[in-house]
Amino acid sequence: MSVLVYMEVIGGELKKASLEALGIGRELAGELGGSAHAVAVADDPGGVLDTVKAHGADTIYTVEGSDHANYIPEAHLAAVVEAADRSGAQAVLIPATARGRDLAPRVAAKLNVAFIPEVTGLELEDGQIKAVRPEFAGKVYRTVKTTALPVVISTRPNTFDASRADGAGAREQLEISFEPKAKVVETRKAGGEKLDVAEADIIVSGGRGLKEPENFKIVEELADTLGAAVGASRAVVDAGWRPHAEQVGQTGKTVSPTLYIAVGISGAVQHLAGMRTAKTIVAINKDPDAPIFKVADYGLVGDALAVVPKLTEKLKK
Amino acid sequence: MNIAVLVKLVPDTAAQIRLMSDHSDIERRDLNWVLSPYDEFAVEEALQLAEKKGGEVTAVSCGDESMVEALRKALAMGAAKALHIKREGPHNLLAIARAIADNIHERKFELIFAGCKATDDESAAIGQMVATMLEIPCVTEVNKLEVGDGSLTAERNIEGGSELLEASLPCVVTAQKGLNEPRYPKLKGIMMAKKKPVETVEAPAGEARLDSLAIAYPPERPEGRIVGEGVEAVPELIRALREEARVIE
Ligand SMILES: Cc1cc2nc3c(=O)[nH]c(=O)nc-3n(C[C@H](O)[C@H](O)[C@H](O)COP(=O)(O)OP(=O)(O)OC[C@H]3O[C@@H](n4cnc5c(N)ncnc54)[C@H](O)[C@@H]3O)c2cc1C
Ligand SMILES: Nc1ncnc2c1ncn2[C@@H]1O[C@H](COP(=O)(O)O)[C@@H](O)[C@H]1O
Repeated sequence: MSVLVYMEVIGGELKKASLEALGIGRELAGELGGSAHAVAVADDPGGVLDTVKAHGADTIYTVEGSDHANYIPEAHLAAVVEAADRSGAQAVLIPATARGRDLAPRVAAKLNVAFIPEVTGLELEDGQIKAVRPEFAGKVYRTVKTTALPVVISTRPNTFDASRADGAGAREQLEISFEPKAKVVETRKAGGEKLDVAEADIIVSGGRGLKEPENFKIVEELADTLGAAVGASRAVVDAGWRPHAEQVGQTGKTVSPTLYIAVGISGAVQHLAGMRTAKTIVAINKDPDAPIFKVADYGLVGDALAVVPKLTEKLKK
Repeated sequence: MNIAVLVKLVPDTAAQIRLMSDHSDIERRDLNWVLSPYDEFAVEEALQLAEKKGGEVTAVSCGDESMVEALRKALAMGAAKALHIKREGPHNLLAIARAIADNIHERKFELIFAGCKATDDESAAIGQMVATMLEIPCVTEVNKLEVGDGSLTAERNIEGGSELLEASLPCVVTAQKGLNEPRYPKLKGIMMAKKKPVETVEAPAGEARLDSLAIAYPPERPEGRIVGEGVEAVPELIRALREEARVIE
């Protein structure tokens, strides 16, 4: 089976979620002795080609030039469609990042093929693709199987491992024609070098149990010490204590970090929806009956305002 | 402005989802059904634009008879009329998007709003698919919107920041939280909604390219434990994270 994987390059940098998609793409392709190919659109993708090759791409289709410094949906759509055609891909994999979520359904519609969004499990069965995906905010998981290929699939970030298998890595520049109808005119970075919850390996999240917005300082300090991103419950986002970009949950971000520390968060279903697939969950809450303890691997019952600074202090040593 | 808004009925987000005994699907009885939360942002934005610039909002929903309830909720919020695209059969993104695209393309909408995702299947796909089929632009997960003459500017969050997009009209916009504060339908609106026109058209089920094999509860998390109480328990927590879970240095 031939698989095509979309590489997301923003500001010259390759998003990690692309390599995860390439990892599972390589695995799918490998099972039947097929090949995995990659496609990237950027002003100058040169800097990422070695990495893409080292993670298993046999052909790297590129669309290059200063027009492509910023995202133009129609250009990326045309590039993926052209690369899918050239490579004869039976499956097109796109990471379900903000950009991937924007792009993937367009590719499926354009190719007029099935789309399986946000998968967390993927395998081959009798030459067809079987995928597992969460629905209803992760309250249930559905298994679907294609009855016709090709198929377009978006892969949930932080779910699949990047592979270390070397690919042939041949660069092939594509000529595409497209009519730009929308384009990114400006990209803004959130305050400084802040790590985004959707991409972080460790997240420290705070909720209403912190009592006052100023007390988020202790969450930030713990996050800094652990090299973690700061997350938040909806209660504190709605109260204006924290930006919406930090919200974890059904109407916020879905995260799957290695470690999730919930501080003063009760564990409402809508919050759990966003973080229950974390590898290890720690809950710090003064109420021993708080629902968050039901999903926590390690619970600490106590006052966050005392416990969290102590935790930071001990970790620093 | 002639504006459409795509809406869908879903179980409320606090609902406990139970499976049918044969695990073929979720149990649909005894659930509380609501307008999909992001669709509320979509309806609100459509109404505000129509109020500001003049024009009319048409609510559009594709599915079986139950979807009329979604239309009624949008009408109760203030939409002028509704289009029910009647389609039976299993969930199928391509077929739903096709049915919507086919039935709205001659109605000359300048803006088509959708939710950024429906909270049941969570595909986050229909808006982009409809736009692609209609060959018009689409901006997704928008939390700030400025509509001008023949074009719009939209802001959306991306990992680690935000981006600003420009697009020409007609355009599909998918609504993210933050775009506005959806209004609650007033009693008068609910009463009036019953009298507003709902047009019905039929659409085919479409070719199935996917089989749903099974649906299951999420894998149980391994039983956790309470490491202790108060600051005294901090060293044990650190030890557990370092030595048992091995998730920190
Ligand atoms: C449609 C919809 C969508 C939603 N989407 C989301 C979402 O995406 N994300 C989300 O988070 N929520 C979401 N919610 C809201 C959710 O239902 C909860 O209201 C919210 O998660 C509660 O936030 P919280 O845990 O911070 O606050 P609370 O529920 O008030 O919990 C505070 C916790 O802090 C503890 N506490 C108090 N003082 C201390 C202390 N000194 N030390 C330690 N612990 C203390 C308390 O015991 C309590 O458990 C949504 C709701 C709806 C209806
Ligand atoms: N059956 C449908 N009828 C009308 N609009 C829909 C339908 N399904 C999805 N939508 C719209 O598309 C958005 C995204 O849905 P989804 O792609 O299913 O996550 C929803 O918030 C609705 O605005």
